[in-house]
Amino acid sequence: MSFLRRRKAPENKKAPHPEPEPDVDDDDDDDEKKKNELKIKEKIPKKSEKRVKWSCVDNCCWFVGCVCTVWWGLLFLYNAMPASIPQFITEAITGPWPDPPGVKLQKEGLKAKHPVVFVPGIVTGGLELWEGHQCAEGLFRKRLWGGTFGEVYKRPLCWVEHMSMNNETGLDPPGIRVRPVHGLVAADYFIPGYFVWAVLIANLARIGYEEKTMYMAAYDWRLSFQNTEVRDQTLSRIKSNIELMVASNGGKKAVVVPHSMGVLYFLHFMKWVEAPAPMGGGGGPDWCAKHIKAVMNIGGPFLGVPKAVSGLFSSEARDIAVARAMAPGSLDKDLFHIQALQYLMKMTRTWDSTMSMIPKGGDAIWGGLDWSPEESYLSSKKRKQRTNATEVSGEDEDGSMESKATSINYGRLISFGKDMAQVNSAEIKRIDFRDAVKGSNVASNTCRDVWTEYQDMGIGGIKAVAEYKVYTAGELIDLLNFVAPKMMTRGSAHFSYGIADNLDDPEYAHYKYWSNPLETKLPYAPEMEIYSMYGVGIPTERAYVYRQAPSSECYIPFEIDTSAEEDDEDKCLKDGVFTVDGDETVPALSAGYMCAKAWRGKTRFNPSGIKTYVREYDHAPPSNLLLEGRGTQSGAHVDVMGNFALIEDVIRVAAGATGEELGGDRVYSDIFEWSEKINLPL
Amino acid sequence: MASIPRFRKLCIVEPAKCSSSLGSESFEKPKGDEKQSLESPISAQKVKRDKRQLPKKEWRCIDTCCWIIGYMCTTWWLLLFLFNCLPANLPGLTRLPDPPGARLKREGLTALHPVVLVPGIVTGGLELWEGKPCSEGLFRKRIWGGSFTEIFKRPLCWLEHLSLDNETGLDPPGIRVRAVPGLVAADYFAPGYFVWAILIENLAKIGYDGKNMYMAAYDWRLSFQNTEMRDQALSRLKSKIELMHLTNGQKKVVVVPHSMGVIYFLHFLKWVEATPPMGGGGGPDWCNKHIKAIMNIGPALLGVPKAVGNLFSAESKDVAFIRAMAPGLLDSKTLGLQTLEHAMRVFRTWDSVISLLPKGGETIWGNLDSSPEEGHECDSLKKRQLQASLSNNKGNNSDTKRVFQVKELTKYGRIISFGMAASELPSSQFSTLASKGISSSTGNKSCGNVWTEYDEMSQESISRVAEKKAFTAETLIDLLRLVAPKMMQRAEAHFSHGIAENLDDPKYDHFKYWSNPLETKLPNAPDMEIYCLYGTGIPTERSYVYKLSPSVRCNNIPFQIDSTADGSSNGCLKGGVYFADGDESVPVLSAGYMCAKGWRGRTRFNPFAIATYIREFEHKPPTSLLEGRGIESGAHVDIMGNVAMIEDVLRVAAGASGEELGGDKIYSDIMRMSERIDIKL
Repeated sequence: MSFLRRRKAPENKKAPHPEPEPDVDDDDDDDEKKKNELKIKEKIPKKSEKRVKWSCVDNCCWFVGCVCTVWWGLLFLYNAMPASIPQFITEAITGPWPDPPGVKLQKEGLKAKHPVVFVPGIVTGGLELWEGHQCAEGLFRKRLWGGTFGEVYKRPLCWVEHMSMNNETGLDPPGIRVRPVHGLVAADYFIPGYFVWAVLIANLARIGYEEKTMYMAAYDWRLSFQNTEVRDQTLSRIKSNIELMVASNGGKKAVVVPHSMGVLYFLHFMKWVEAPAPMGGGGGPDWCAKHIKAVMNIGGPFLGVPKAVSGLFSSEARDIAVARAMAPGSLDKDLFHIQALQYLMKMTRTWDSTMSMIPKGGDAIWGGLDWSPEESYLSSKKRKQRTNATEVSGEDEDGSMESKATSINYGRLISFGKDMAQVNSAEIKRIDFRDAVKGSNVASNTCRDVWTEYQDMGIGGIKAVAEYKVYTAGELIDLLNFVAPKMMTRGSAHFSYGIADNLDDPEYAHYKYWSNPLETKLPYAPEMEIYSMYGVGIPTERAYVYRQAPSSECYIPFEIDTSAEEDDEDKCLKDGVFTVDGDETVPALSAGYMCAKAWRGKTRFNPSGIKTYVREYDHAPPSNLLLEGRGTQSGAHVDVMGNFALIEDVIRVAAGATGEELGGDRVYSDIFEWSEKINLPL
Repeated sequence: MASIPRFRKLCIVEPAKCSSSLGSESFEKPKGDEKQSLESPISAQKVKRDKRQLPKKEWRCIDTCCWIIGYMCTTWWLLLFLFNCLPANLPGLTRLPDPPGARLKREGLTALHPVVLVPGIVTGGLELWEGKPCSEGLFRKRIWGGSFTEIFKRPLCWLEHLSLDNETGLDPPGIRVRAVPGLVAADYFAPGYFVWAILIENLAKIGYDGKNMYMAAYDWRLSFQNTEMRDQALSRLKSKIELMHLTNGQKKVVVVPHSMGVIYFLHFLKWVEATPPMGGGGGPDWCNKHIKAIMNIGPALLGVPKAVGNLFSAESKDVAFIRAMAPGLLDSKTLGLQTLEHAMRVFRTWDSVISLLPKGGETIWGNLDSSPEEGHECDSLKKRQLQASLSNNKGNNSDTKRVFQVKELTKYGRIISFGMAASELPSSQFSTLASKGISSSTGNKSCGNVWTEYDEMSQESISRVAEKKAFTAETLIDLLRLVAPKMMQRAEAHFSHGIAENLDDPKYDHFKYWSNPLETKLPNAPDMEIYCLYGTGIPTERSYVYKLSPSVRCNNIPFQIDSTADGSSNGCLKGGVYFADGDESVPVLSAGYMCAKGWRGRTRFNPFAIATYIREFEHKPPTSLLEGRGIESGAHVDIMGNVAMIEDVLRVAAGASGEELGGDKIYSDIMRMSERIDIKL
């Protein structure tokens, strides 16, 4: 019936319609006729529909059919189109495309020389299932991590179960074997279309690299570094592969390109390979000198990343905090039995490797209550320097220099409440949490099987944590020891976060110090070169403002206080996160300090005087979203792997250039200035 | 101006349509009544009149099509969704027996020895690293293996990239195609067509994973020594075996090569012992220190006759059959398709094919009048009777066999014969022609570009090849030298097909002898074991009846299999091909002889008395569709899914010796055939 009413309605309206339009009088009659015709035409199908009794379902089918046909038609056309057309069109619009660096350098006459070893970072490497529980049927040798992540949606709990490690040992849970994918496919693309190493690999291939001269040192990034050797003999494999590549390429030394956590992993490897056999690889003290030409660290978190802290503490980073602020409850609601964050935390806390990235060096590096190396950093000042660059986020640039007086206390990595982040240290009243009694929590029984150690803490413990107000990098370790004792006991057997006073102390022969650049000496390899390549110009998480979560029963009791925001641009405080210069994940301080200062020249950390170079890549967002994708001048942590300048550097070194020939240091940030502020005996 | 209200109206009408039909569903009856009553007479009449004038069909046709497509799509998606929602194992469905891995795990077997898998020809994937402009966008995509979509999209480009250089047998300039590394190289050949996947899965069940299982993928188009020259594939294999040996607590390695991988690994065994410039410098005891057992699956140790057919006329049984069914489909010039010629051009550049030519000449493969397999029963019916009686009465069935044997003997020794008559005549009736008497006078027929070397042969010499009537394994090599001189010249620097008189002759240190079991000694590894695991019970190509191609034109292959030749005798001749027992690709003789006789005990080919075992697997076609390609298959590739074979491999990998497996397990006449071969051991 509604059908009839509607059908008539426009018809009635039609009659008076010409009157309000006097200016088109001449055409009016024709128009009217056309309209009528049209009207009729439209009615006819309706009539016929009625006869065949077309229902809504039919209409839907018809619509789906139309869409499908059109889609297939387009797909066919797209496939039939010669491959060069899209490129031709883009060139017509934007002018000739810059050659990818591989092509450019090939024309210059560069050729594959040194074998290249890639060491992927955390998260980016694929993991596949080799043995699983009943629920993982049919997933044998399918990727659980990386690829399409289809299983996360299909069987989330099963997925979490298989991705978790044993809580006590940090190794496989019984009956589950998840192993890293081998070969270049392990980390060329993280998910389809999201490149990690693929662009670099493609460009290296242009100058003649192939499978036999490139090696992806894939490892299980969930394990602590030494455990990858214990369980999978990954370090032995890497050693054997590097030896093989060096031998089969006429004795040319390898160029190692680690990324992100891979940097620490390779640091560990270099110590491991020198160490004598039971704990180490038994390669002897000159192994690195004989086999490695250069280590080109990309975005290396040498001194850790503050993001790791928030990840471990409340399993959230800026992105998640923002999502929570946007739609409160969507992540925490018990309504759908989703406790996404809790499950996430339970899973990530079993991964020992995340603990390798807790900020190292304590207050000496990351700053105390009242000072930090980056305190003079101003985001707007930074932006003003880059006059020709496009705006990063469209914020106004009116930031004034007067605010320089009140510098940010980046040293307070975690502070409870915005005020605490800013007030003078003398005014903070702190109650020590370390002796606080952890109440046995009655509620823990009702929290189903979601396991985070917060359930063991009780209200008292949580309060004590919040009462302490402010945590610096040094105190942070104590905090984590307090809130997650089991995890930290596991972790402290594998990682250490301090600064060595005396590097010759035999204590430092233990593998737990190997991945901390402040507690190890570089190997004796005076001809080796170490590069630190990282993006700058992106606000990077540095310190957090926390608050207690409203309901602390089954939830994670702390969350980032997203309401903490500063109007003043220079404050760098947004959504409860203080940001500083970096590559979105690793602050420039962590990525650059070792190469800028601590390893520069002959120091106690670098006794053989290995040459170091700092190569920074200033972030410029992609000028053209459609064609450039993630940008050819990006400085972001992963996207920097597609940065043409970085790729060119890697290729040149792989083809035989030295750091001097590249042009030595290339610095945009204040890394040297900040390094000077750090008071560390070298 | 007018278009705006028109558009608006369209927008209004769309939802109205839908809501109306909703209404019609729920209130079928009252709607009809109201329609009549509500419609105002004037407008209704007008509409009715117009409706009659305008044909409604123009809208209907496309409409219905769309509707049908949409309907099908929706149903399909719905079913797909339901299928996905289905629990993995419905209780009602008949379940397959437990995979051997799960069963053996319950028995308590666990991973012990590291396992190395060596894939054969064709089954390994190849990917592109550098190509011509036509291959844009295929960087690191598979051009061999996978879905093969590029064949259809750009066939000529694809062929160009798969070819090797005709002179060097290496990459053509500007093209780099490399083997896919890792287990993915040959787990599935095409999606859904397993090669190693089932074996890998079963090994994983007892505890294997990436660290103690290694796929020795190599570029199977190259000659074996060239894989080392170009890719250092042999060095990698050596380093991997040493690494696995070291990281798995000094446990020796179990090597599982398949098909051509068997002779590749034979080459490796010699290479690793030899001194550095040519070899790997592992020293004479490398194998004893690192290898526990070599489990050859479907080994092509003495070559396969199929390779002859491929090289000679780019066809084998299947192709000849297609040609017989639809003559002209493959050759028709009208369509511009010269499939076979293209195929021949490409794989004559692959040196590795030549490694599969029959080795050992007439001694092994038989001469004009006799062959080791003569007396083989091909008739499937008799075969089945034979099988049935095999279990009860062995003496009885050998009697029946003898009856047929007397009647007529298939002359398998004539691997190529021209005309059916020539394949059956006694040799005395041949017009004697010196085997090397045919001169290859080059008669250029002014065919634009030369594709196959046949274009360089004169018509005269082609017909004289045909007059020669019959070729044995030995004269065959001469024949190939004649029809494809360049290819053979290239290949004979890498492979040899003879039998060594004196194995201590220093010339046998050259790498071209390493892949021929009849011209090498096995390494000094008395603790090692060698297994020959292969399927039997499937008719396997053994020799061919050829004819001259009817049309002589440019770029044409002048010979083809005479698919009209059908045997009456005992069913061994079918479609121009004589069949013998085997696994569909490799005859039993080639697969089993070395393990049955040539290497058995302390012989001159096996001076250190490495223990050998023959494990045959009788072919049984899959009983139900659920089984896919069969769990008891004996076919060359499908045997990799044979549960009995998998069990053998697993047991050995878990530490069992050949004796513990039960020693030999034989269904075919391999022992008797071997006895007939007269060779000094």
